[in-house]
Amino acid sequence: MGWFDYFRQGKPNSAQLAKERLQIVIAHERIDRTGPDYLPQLRRDIMDVIRKYVPITEEQVNVQYEKGADYDVLELNIALPERER
Amino acid sequence: MSRIVVVTSGKGGVGKTTTSAAFATGLAMRGYKTAVIDFDVGLRNLDLIMGCERRVVYDFVNVINGEASLKQALIRDKRTENLYILPASQTRDKDALTKEGVGQIISDLCADGFDFVVCDSPAGIERGAHMAMYFADDAVVVTNPEVSSVRDSDRILGLLQSKTQKAEQGEIVREHLLITRYSPDRVQAGEMLGMEDILEILAVPLIGVIPESQSVLQASNSGTPVILDKESDAGKAYDDFVRRFLGETVPHRFLEVEKKGFLKRLFG
Repeated sequence: MGWFDYFRQGKPNSAQLAKERLQIVIAHERIDRTGPDYLPQLRRDIMDVIRKYVPITEEQVNVQYEKGADYDVLELNIALPERER
Repeated sequence: MSRIVVVTSGKGGVGKTTTSAAFATGLAMRGYKTAVIDFDVGLRNLDLIMGCERRVVYDFVNVINGEASLKQALIRDKRTENLYILPASQTRDKDALTKEGVGQIISDLCADGFDFVVCDSPAGIERGAHMAMYFADDAVVVTNPEVSSVRDSDRILGLLQSKTQKAEQGEIVREHLLITRYSPDRVQAGEMLGMEDILEILAVPLIGVIPESQSVLQASNSGTPVILDKESDAGKAYDDFVRRFLGETVPHRFLEVEKKGFLKRLFG
């Protein structure tokens, strides 16, 4: 670290941003590989159906898959955009 | 009883071959009969890093195809006793690696009294990488503190848990995380993912942190495994890693910013 760095304070912490982005993308990829094979396709199909009615992005559809002792739970969480007035 | 260890990462250029060379040398230095195998068919480089590129006569694929015996193909390291290198083929394509062929070589090495077989995986998740991990008891996952490397490591961890012989038999491959090219000052400045961040994301036990070091390039220039450079931070960190792998409790070093003098702080 040279003397120049003393003038460069207050910049955003990019490592924190990297960590947050990684946590999201890895969580998605883990669900895809631990859940049933049809899960990625199911998510895409659900997106397509909802898009017929409202514009949504991939981040607004959250698919969770949990293995239980007796049954597995597929949880869908869709954040609809606010209605325009 | 031999132990098969794969050194893998998914992403290229993170230090798999540097690690394989240092690791195998460290094990052999402690008296364990060790073989290190280059699985990167078509892009062999372990021979250069180990400094035996001019002594390659037969290779891994020759042995699989029965064109040479394992004894003929294994190169005995000139610096370190108990250490043998099996180079990859430079000309054949990766389909030459069959599960039966690789399995036969590994069981021959076990029968030959090798304590450790280190499998240096190619980058990617194709056949070479799959074959390198398939027979593993342990996996050293090499990760840089950088988003694409961490993501690829997670992908590789998924494959270790599903596409290996151990996984098929309902057992687990022991996973060890090795972070390389670590710069404590950049971590402190918030420019680089810290060791704790990576551990939190990947959730794999940490076996070592190798600091970014000029000695790694110098070692590869001369074809000397960096663990033999006992003065360098990277060499010491690799030595710590080998000791931890063998079960010793060794505190982690080189995680804190080095205290610099006034002049050094001023001029960097």
